[in-house]
Amino acid sequence: MTNTNDILPPGTIGRRRAAALPEQPPQLWKNVKPKKAYNAVIVGGGGHGLSTAYYLAKNHGLTNIAVLEKGWLAGGNTARNTTIIRSNYLWDESAAIYEHSLKLWETLEEDLGYEMFFSQRGVLTLAHSVSDVRSKKRNFYANALNAIDSEWLTPEEVKKLVPIINISPDVRYPVHGATYQPRGGIAKHDWVAWGYAKAASDLGVDIIQGCEVTGFDIHNNKVQGVHTSLGTIAAGKVGLVGAGHSSLLANFAGFSIPIQSRPLQALVSPLLEQVLNTVVMSGAVHVYVSQAHKGELVMGAGTDAFNSYAQRGGFHVIEHQLAAALELFPIFSRAQVLRTWGGIVDIAPDASPIIGTTPVENLFINCGWGTGGFKATPGSGWVMAYTIAHGAPHELNRPFALDRFVTGHLIDEHGAAGVAH
Amino acid sequence: MLNIPCPHCGLRNETEFHYGAEAGVAYPDPNTLTDSEWAKYLHIRANPKGWLAERWVHFAGCGRWFNLWRNTITHEIGPVYLPFTTQPKMPGNTVQEGPGK
Repeated sequence: MTNTNDILPPGTIGRRRAAALPEQPPQLWKNVKPKKAYNAVIVGGGGHGLSTAYYLAKNHGLTNIAVLEKGWLAGGNTARNTTIIRSNYLWDESAAIYEHSLKLWETLEEDLGYEMFFSQRGVLTLAHSVSDVRSKKRNFYANALNAIDSEWLTPEEVKKLVPIINISPDVRYPVHGATYQPRGGIAKHDWVAWGYAKAASDLGVDIIQGCEVTGFDIHNNKVQGVHTSLGTIAAGKVGLVGAGHSSLLANFAGFSIPIQSRPLQALVSPLLEQVLNTVVMSGAVHVYVSQAHKGELVMGAGTDAFNSYAQRGGFHVIEHQLAAALELFPIFSRAQVLRTWGGIVDIAPDASPIIGTTPVENLFINCGWGTGGFKATPGSGWVMAYTIAHGAPHELNRPFALDRFVTGHLIDEHGAAGVAH
Repeated sequence: MLNIPCPHCGLRNETEFHYGAEAGVAYPDPNTLTDSEWAKYLHIRANPKGWLAERWVHFAGCGRWFNLWRNTITHEIGPVYLPFTTQPKMPGNTVQEGPGK
């Protein structure tokens, strides 16, 4: 196409001026048609699938690979979460993998050559009762043993950090203290996906949107390819990174996984002046709040009670989390809810992810991140890429194998997180 | 919010109920189970995209457990039935995207 900027004089009006607008900026990634065969196919084009593809190409030199996304890139939980990043988990296995992820976050913008507003503004987790204090302190000591930055704050120190918080002892859930991880924070979630997509595409990865996987080509218990809405694609290895749809993908391949899919809702306020410069989480009053760079308050809470694939939930869940937020931050009573939405999260019985091999040879799975997967985007892709490349898990994800439900070595983060995380 | 038809109390708000996931999971004989069969009983529950027969308890009403069919895409509620009775057929002729198990 001719670049009309070169031929139209300045001040040209009407249709001709519209024609003189600069051309669209270059696409971040190439939109391509699927090839007949790949060395590896990643099913799911969310943050975890894209980061898996990126690290496969970058760390393991595997570039004849494709990411298949049934909808549009990062249109699922990647763009629906509340963007909280932290690594202060209780159990050693969790602390190791989330801390690995946080370390990757710390250099990710340079690594991908793409800005994503990663902001280490700290994450505060409040304690509201004697037993809450006890369990949060246990968490704090466990973090210290794992060399993860963590501090214990008194209510007064909490108030100093977050001046708008209500630390009055007369409320239903008074603030008795908090753990604080200064290196925690937030990032702009869709930019994270775009950054990974761009970097993966630059390394030669094919990113294919609108391509739904409908089954697998499996012979002698070995995966040979995937059946999709765009035809059959041969694949040497296949990685399932389907989040809320992981159970269905596993079914297609003939095995079962202990996952339940539930709606998790979040909401934002209109743009407000900056009043909250850290992330505040509370399990007991059941809300987590941060303020995005533009100024909207971003809040989330727990999942809706029942299994669903509808990407929406009940308003009573929103009311409940707003009631909790108002108790902590009385000034929020003047803010309005601009928008609420839901995503479908994949929850394992122990609220920990499942990353590793499956009963089918050359077929790997990465799911079960439930309500807290965003923070793990870099680490999850990093270990999944290793697992696919070597056909065996990295030591960081070995504890998160599917067979832990048979051996009984669960990593019970339900109690540790207390709230959706 | 769902409106759930309790077979004992009638139509009530979802907030009066607790969820119990897949209905009709029989308790196996623990003496004859392998570890993986036991794991399956403990941890694997149906997670279909479509109709699911599931358990609810009306904790803020009669306090009793019952089962119903519900569609996990539309949230439409189908036949309601009592535990240990014959499960009604899956409503409609919707094609399921796998059992989700």
